[in-house]
Amino acid sequence: MKKSSTGGNTAPLPVALGAWIALLFLHVPVLIILLYAFTTEEATYSFPPPGLTLRWIGITMGRTDFWQALQLSLRVAGIATLAALVLGTLAAAAVARSRFFGKEAVSFLLLLPLALPGIVTGIALRSAISLGNIPFSFWTIVIGHATFCVVVVYNNVVARLRRFGNSQVEASMDLGANGWQTFRYVIFPNIASALLAGGMLAFALSFDEVIVTTFTAGQQSTLPIWIFSQLVRPRDRPVTNVVAIVVILITFIPIVIAHRLTQESNE
Amino acid sequence: MSEFVIELVDVVKRFATPEGNEVTAVDHVSLQIRHGEFFSLLGPSGCGKTTSLRMIAGFEWPTSGEVLIDGKPMGRTPPFWRPVNTVFQSYALFQHMTVFQNVAFGLEMDKTPASEIKHRVGEALEMVKLSGMERRKPRQLSGGQQQRVALARALVKRPKVLLLDEPLGALDLKLRREMQIELKTLQEQVGITFIYVTHDQEEALTMSDRITVMNRGKALQTGSPVEIYERPNCRFVADFIGQANFFAGKMLAFDDQGARVAIPALQTELIGQPVGNLEPGQAVAVSIRPEKVRIAQEPAFGSNSVRGRVIHTTYIGSNTHVLLELAGGVRINAWEQNKISTLDPKAYFLPGQEIWANLFPENVLILPED
Repeated sequence: MKKSSTGGNTAPLPVALGAWIALLFLHVPVLIILLYAFTTEEATYSFPPPGLTLRWIGITMGRTDFWQALQLSLRVAGIATLAALVLGTLAAAAVARSRFFGKEAVSFLLLLPLALPGIVTGIALRSAISLGNIPFSFWTIVIGHATFCVVVVYNNVVARLRRFGNSQVEASMDLGANGWQTFRYVIFPNIASALLAGGMLAFALSFDEVIVTTFTAGQQSTLPIWIFSQLVRPRDRPVTNVVAIVVILITFIPIVIAHRLTQESNE
Repeated sequence: MSEFVIELVDVVKRFATPEGNEVTAVDHVSLQIRHGEFFSLLGPSGCGKTTSLRMIAGFEWPTSGEVLIDGKPMGRTPPFWRPVNTVFQSYALFQHMTVFQNVAFGLEMDKTPASEIKHRVGEALEMVKLSGMERRKPRQLSGGQQQRVALARALVKRPKVLLLDEPLGALDLKLRREMQIELKTLQEQVGITFIYVTHDQEEALTMSDRITVMNRGKALQTGSPVEIYERPNCRFVADFIGQANFFAGKMLAFDDQGARVAIPALQTELIGQPVGNLEPGQAVAVSIRPEKVRIAQEPAFGSNSVRGRVIHTTYIGSNTHVLLELAGGVRINAWEQNKISTLDPKAYFLPGQEIWANLFPENVLILPED
């Protein structure tokens, strides 16, 4: 047996190799997008790019349809996240704190939308919205996104509440704090980082959602749908790559922060 | 002002288990607790003592019966409207707040003016000897210190009754002994009624004015530590508090020294003290505590002196524990105090030695069989 494999600090070569291949497999496509956002070619890509330019950033910034889509996506994600924070926290509080018949079933049903394929959620929502004679609009997109955003917030908060336990809540009530005061001064400070983490994750999920949105949107396009529609138009192709970078930044940053927050509270 | 600060009137509490069954945690319990008393609820785990305490605090509501605080029926009054405060077993300190903020919390909820809060928190922390720790967070404190913060936080509100749920359970033995004395002193100093839940009989005997012994949801006996120890009213209480030797017996008759019981295993009759309502012919449990068994070379009281043999001795310093085998092969424990300082082995009992066990009538208790 080789010395390096008994040392314990370094992974055996096949494992290390596997990890690197997996990492490359996951991230090379992203690097390609980054690269071709700056290519001088307009319609077709060749490797290596014949030249690099910042021109596409300016062109993207000048397109009103891009700005409209971005604004819509930010508003949808913002409102869906807010709704998820309120509903997710309430659901988590109910499940974590009380004992009632069918609690496990409720807990499972709350998690289901995350596991359910987006296409099923989309079709279901579209049928429900049509049946209710509700016009497809900004609000139907928000409702569609809220279905999975609630789950993300719920999951984060319920885990925190379970670890937090009930005794500090009882102590607070015992010392004269009513329900609202107990939430405000005892529960909230303890779940704040879980809420922030859950909220950011929900925001990121909503911001790049495509499948459910295609079923629940009316005439509007959110940013991911706008990108999708751009792919069939070969002109100004690097513009989509520039927008993709914008999407990466807007979703990546909250996820990194959310990850940090959950890590800190686990210590 | 009502005569009793806390009354439980025929309180029952049933819980539904997740399996769909029903458990009776508290089974028709009635208690009357006086102003300024140090009152303990004592029993093994699952006996309903904590549930009873939680019903006084308002965390649980009785299934039937009534909890009265200072004469007022509590019904479904939530905890934050009850004039009682709790010291939790886990302390339940607010981890995100400093010691000062923890103790001030209850006063802030009452909208007490800031200057008074500062004054009273200072006073409370001084009382529990934590002055100077105001700005620490709970996790920077030792277990004993956290315990004191929990105490100060509850006492600062000047409740009518302080409820303590096994507050010393997490501390080591030495600290626990210290805190027992400190708690008792504190209680006498502030004059607040303490209701103390514990499974530690020594703790209850040390601190309490009165004790209620509970088992399986029922309140078996209420009395002073002396009453509970010297006149337990049933076999469970005699067995749970301290140690006791038991014989199965049958009531024969009352006489001027108490009552006579037949003990088939010893093939003799004993005279003892009947406790509770007993009738001739009834099956009884006859008990005698190990320290009350007198070992001697000569019989000293008629049929209450039983022939026996020393099986085994254990020297434990202040006492020597002697295991005796009596007539009919019945084994009992006897504790002899080592009142003379000597190295002579003959001064102590030796295995194989033939002796008499004198079970004096005043030390023999006749209890109803559970």
